[in-house]
Amino acid sequence: MKYLGWDELLPGAILFSFDEEMEKDACEVLPENRPYAETNSHEAYVGDWRVLKPVYNRDLCIDCQFCWIYCPDVSIISRDKKMIGVDYDHCKGCGICVEVCPTNPKSLLMFDEHVENEKALAQWPEKE
Amino acid sequence: MAEKMELNEVEVWDGNMAASQALRQAQVDVVAAYPITPSTPIVQNYSSFLANGYIDGEFVMVESEHAAMSGCVGAAAAGGRVATATSSQGFALMSEVLYQASGMRLPIVLTVVNRALAAPLNVNGDHSDMYLGRDSGWIQLDAFNCQQAYDLTLMAFRIGEDHSIRLPVMVHQDGFITSHTAENVKPLSDDEAYEFVGEYKPMNAMLDLAKPVTYGVQTEEDWHFEHKARQHADLMTKVFGKVEEVFDAFEKKTGRKYNIVEEYMMEDAEVAIVALGTTVETSELVAKMMREEGIKAGVVAPRLFRPWPFEQIRKALANVKAVACLDRSSPNGALGALYNEVTASLYQNDNRPVITNYIYGLGGRDFTIDHAKEIFKELDANAKEGRPTTPLQQFVGLRGPKLSFY
Repeated sequence: MKYLGWDELLPGAILFSFDEEMEKDACEVLPENRPYAETNSHEAYVGDWRVLKPVYNRDLCIDCQFCWIYCPDVSIISRDKKMIGVDYDHCKGCGICVEVCPTNPKSLLMFDEHVENEKALAQWPEKE
Repeated sequence: MAEKMELNEVEVWDGNMAASQALRQAQVDVVAAYPITPSTPIVQNYSSFLANGYIDGEFVMVESEHAAMSGCVGAAAAGGRVATATSSQGFALMSEVLYQASGMRLPIVLTVVNRALAAPLNVNGDHSDMYLGRDSGWIQLDAFNCQQAYDLTLMAFRIGEDHSIRLPVMVHQDGFITSHTAENVKPLSDDEAYEFVGEYKPMNAMLDLAKPVTYGVQTEEDWHFEHKARQHADLMTKVFGKVEEVFDAFEKKTGRKYNIVEEYMMEDAEVAIVALGTTVETSELVAKMMREEGIKAGVVAPRLFRPWPFEQIRKALANVKAVACLDRSSPNGALGALYNEVTASLYQNDNRPVITNYIYGLGGRDFTIDHAKEIFKELDANAKEGRPTTPLQQFVGLRGPKLSFY
């Protein structure tokens, strides 16, 4: 990011989320279509804050959207009420999505960060 | 729609009522407030105006002054006109958030009824809280009576909210001596007042969802300095002109003239008191008396305390021989703040008067005509000798052995 002099700054140390003004509210535009500004936290990789990661199992998910609603970091990706996966660039591994998942067995489980997702899915537990 | 209030040409209002009427007429969107003596009636009056239909905005009751100013910061960032009131300990509790408000360049109006800071606990007026605010990045205006408390509160919105300024503004008045003393106040009508203040024009509002914005970012050593410098530069270069512009517009509307530094009988004055608050009017009265005794006395009073009116003070005191700076706050281990500011300003002048410092009136102790007379007489002696004939710092109106330093 280019350093600016004091006279080039916006008063109030504010940062705009997007590079351009939108024609409608940002909430009506899908994230992949938003013109994120360089300073937007969307552009920052913070996946390395994580020790444990949630792994998503499509075969068990009922698309209830609980994880999407409860995720404190908007890191559950869902489109048209269909769960797609986890945003590993921003997920901090808090485990709330796993906690709220209602299926049996759960459709999201926490694994060590270094375990590959395919291996994690292969060792998924049985229904209790 | 808010009801309009019928006001008389002359109302009998105390300083608190004057401030709350100005807030009502400005049609503030959000007041988040926590009561504290002696400023409680400002928000108490305001909430009764609201309950009786005279205000359309929101009144948010919070659990502390820290929360009050935090609520104001949130509402101002969201894009509304915002104001609150406080005093003393409440002001101290707000102080963390005062810096947040100014750093985020949010034009909140804070009516401060000046009161001493504990310990020991004291509800009466001195300038400790006003001085506590002086590095907070706010614009500080000082009222010496009830009319001025009303006028300056209206003007504060127009100054702070201007898009070239975007800074929060405090309007100070003295606890009890102004806040609880009923005086004649000439208000504007509701329509005239609102027309003068103007409709609030949001800038970079968080509730503008087509252009979302983040307030309260973190900046470390690579960015923080530039942001602080930007704020300081705007305070130093933009505020004085805007304050003058608003003072001029107000004079055109009401005939009441305000100046960044007020001067009384300074045309030919040889000795001058520099003071703030209600002490200014006492000093003016005594300056007039001293003239009858052959002492060419005058009074200089910063109407604008922050940003500090460096050039205006230099000009106002360019020709005097002796100056007394009166500080109504314990400097706790230094010369008084007003003394330091005035002395630093006048040091740059060719003519350097003898400057002395008086600490007075702490915790609401009376500052009397006799006190002011004594100070003018000491100034007269300093002027004649061309050097201090007294210690540099003296305490006035204090029991026990005479306390003085340097």
